[in-house]
Amino acid sequence: MKALIRCLALAALLLPMSAPLYAAKAGNLDSAGTNVFDRASLQRGASLYVQYCMGCHSMQFQRFQRLVDDLDLSEELVEEFLILGDLEITDYMMSSMPYADAVEWFGKAPPDLSLTARSRGPDWIFSFLRGYYLTETGWNNTVLENPAMPHVLWDLQGVQRAVTETVTDSDGNETTVRVGLELQREGRLSPAEFDGVVRDITAFMQYVGEPAILVRQRIGVWVLLFLSVFTFLSYLLYKEYWKDIKK
Amino acid sequence: MAKSANPVARSVNAVDEWVNERAGVKDFYKKHLSEYWAPKNFNIWYFFGSLSMLVLVNQLLTGIFLTMHYKPDAELAFASVEYIMRDVEWGWLIRYMHSTGASLFFVVVYLHMFRALLYGSYKKPRELVWILGVAIFLVLMAISFMGYVLPWGQMSFWGAQVIISLFGAVPVIGPDLIEWIRGDFLVADATLTRFFALHVVALPMVLLLLVVLHLAALHEVGSNNPDGVDIKAKKDANGKPLDGVAFHPYYTIKDIFGAGVFLLIAAFIVFFWPEGGGYFLKPDNFVEADPLVTPEHIPPVWYFTAFYAILQAVPNKLAGVILMGGAVLILFLVPWLDRSPVRSIRYRGWPSKIALTLFVITFIRLSMLGVSADANIMEIRFWSILYFAFFLLMPVWTSLESTKPVPERVTT
Amino acid sequence: MSETESLESERPVADPSRRRLLLAGTSAVGAVGVAAAAWPFLASLRPSQRALVVGAPVEVFIGNLEPGQIVRVQWRGSTIGILRRTESMLAQLEGLAPRLRDPDSSVADQQPEYARNLHRSIRPEYLVLNMHCTHLGCVPSIFPEVGPQPFDANWRGGFFCGCHRSTFDLAGRVFSGVPAGRNLLIPPHSFVDDEHVIIGVDPEGAV
Repeated sequence: MKALIRCLALAALLLPMSAPLYAAKAGNLDSAGTNVFDRASLQRGASLYVQYCMGCHSMQFQRFQRLVDDLDLSEELVEEFLILGDLEITDYMMSSMPYADAVEWFGKAPPDLSLTARSRGPDWIFSFLRGYYLTETGWNNTVLENPAMPHVLWDLQGVQRAVTETVTDSDGNETTVRVGLELQREGRLSPAEFDGVVRDITAFMQYVGEPAILVRQRIGVWVLLFLSVFTFLSYLLYKEYWKDIKK
Repeated sequence: MAKSANPVARSVNAVDEWVNERAGVKDFYKKHLSEYWAPKNFNIWYFFGSLSMLVLVNQLLTGIFLTMHYKPDAELAFASVEYIMRDVEWGWLIRYMHSTGASLFFVVVYLHMFRALLYGSYKKPRELVWILGVAIFLVLMAISFMGYVLPWGQMSFWGAQVIISLFGAVPVIGPDLIEWIRGDFLVADATLTRFFALHVVALPMVLLLLVVLHLAALHEVGSNNPDGVDIKAKKDANGKPLDGVAFHPYYTIKDIFGAGVFLLIAAFIVFFWPEGGGYFLKPDNFVEADPLVTPEHIPPVWYFTAFYAILQAVPNKLAGVILMGGAVLILFLVPWLDRSPVRSIRYRGWPSKIALTLFVITFIRLSMLGVSADANIMEIRFWSILYFAFFLLMPVWTSLESTKPVPERVTT
Repeated sequence: MSETESLESERPVADPSRRRLLLAGTSAVGAVGVAAAAWPFLASLRPSQRALVVGAPVEVFIGNLEPGQIVRVQWRGSTIGILRRTESMLAQLEGLAPRLRDPDSSVADQQPEYARNLHRSIRPEYLVLNMHCTHLGCVPSIFPEVGPQPFDANWRGGFFCGCHRSTFDLAGRVFSGVPAGRNLLIPPHSFVDDEHVIIGVDPEGAV
């Protein structure tokens, strides 16, 4: 038993090793603070996604039907508010934008967003959607330099501009760096409301990235409880049998 | 066997006798379980052998079920994994058990190997057990590498690209060799399909064969123990070692307890932390393979990173590959590099203890450097030298250091 | 190490009943665990979400179906026939009872409760039928005319399966003395309106 504790302590010591990868991934992103178990947030996110994103971005692995099952929505509600065009409830959430048009308008086809929350992480999505600012040449973004995508949420957020500072390095060269963003023109939503909107979209994308997330932790609790009982019993059995063995 | 009045019990006995006369089941049972005498002083390090078996069974079982839904086709592979994750009932669980199992396989195998270094389990008469074990480790590396290609994400693709390119370092035939392995001019459908065949059919069979041989070789000479004492030296009137206990029931039951603790940890990862912080499932692998977009940084999975770091230690490609291969293959020589008269670290001198500690630190540090995109090359070299020094200088310190006397019987 | 000289390294069992109890308890919990762990694997073999979507209800337009005409559609991999029966066809259904194996559709699994009547349908006119023979799954052909046939001199109209010569009447009821043992299946179905029938959905209120 003592050895077991020692081993666990060692594992605890090694765990911080996983820090570098996290740090490298996280960069200067804002924390999304999503709650993927909040059905209301997911429902709002689904509606916002359909409204603002699905014109261009498909979710090729997500069926509308699944929204009914996972988000506590009725089939009628999904058909009425979430399915646009001539798609059926059993169809995947595909954008209706023709590929050739997309390439012509944006230079490349807008990526599929089924798994973006898994490949980029929710913080990235959250920061990206909040990080647009207007320059003389058009929209830029703090997370993704010169994005092909315009700021589709601008009327909600308003227009941000970069706040810059001129710094002089040790060689005397002057460079302009961006130190923050400021809201130049207010949008239809307050900044806090806008963060809520982006958070809902992010949560929805997180759910679509891994629909099983809604159930796996709940099941996991029972599995761990069961295994604890089993392990405890097997420990007693082990001790019982090993009484036979003379030290 | 007493005659039973119960006809059911009688016929069960009859069948039992019938089978036994023809298959020798009872002899097998005695030799490997009820009368396999294992030292009574096994400690926590001795759990990892049976745990490797447990993970192996998990990988086979989950793998078979994944195969029923997976499509080994470059056009379909990525989507079929997502199909398993979404549309197949419980598919997500089976997939996470397999992907987590791969990482945990290496965790338990590394700990199992460390145990051998700790207590000199490779020393005479167990050289063959060790050699078969290293062979298992090699096959395991091949299996996991090929398995990692199957989801056909960006990391699968580019990982395969990088690792296969290493064979290009072979003089003269290098370029042809690469093409032969890929079956195309780049990593492509042909590569995926052959890796699938090797991952699910060929290599698992080799692995199982090696595991059987590993156990057969072990049971021929008997298990080592933390004292490195030969328990067969002291036997009772019936020929049973005084310090031995029957593997079954004593160690089977103890191992079941060990399995319980292990499963608790494994279940926690599967249900609450399946991505393992990006180490078990890499974020970039959720993007489908794209030959036109190279990811910024292509580190291998964590269990390969120590060897990957060594690859980078020299600026020459061929030398790097030789070093990396050597870092694995040198393990085969350990039984002959160790000149110590005693097996267990408990009775060795301080040079052995320092060397092993340093080696563990070296391996962990190299693993960390192998992941990092901007590792300091001098640091990689420093630890790589230490890695090889551990093996190459082993004959020196093991023959020079003074050892403590080994007791006749095991301690507890 | 005090007992080095002793030849026995094991003691006799101190408390056999406690040991038996623990062994039984751990085994039982372990067996439950193995069974529970087997479940996801077995369940993963059931039709996936995608298969279920492909097996979704099928809506069929029947507005242009002439009396006596049959239309075939695919639903969940089976051929479903929708036959618009004429008055004379329906009349033939009566009086066949002595020659049929299950004239009253008493085998409950072969049709929904709402199709358990003489004509085995919701509306007498329209027969919605899973066309696969209940013997080995071939699809029988329809022989609607009354008159002698090579396989039955006294034919009153119905379905004939060319694979193993099973015969069914125009309500899918099986005749006696043929290999097939059960009436043809009636799939769940309902009428959206007079011109559309949906296969795979029970009528509202029906179970």
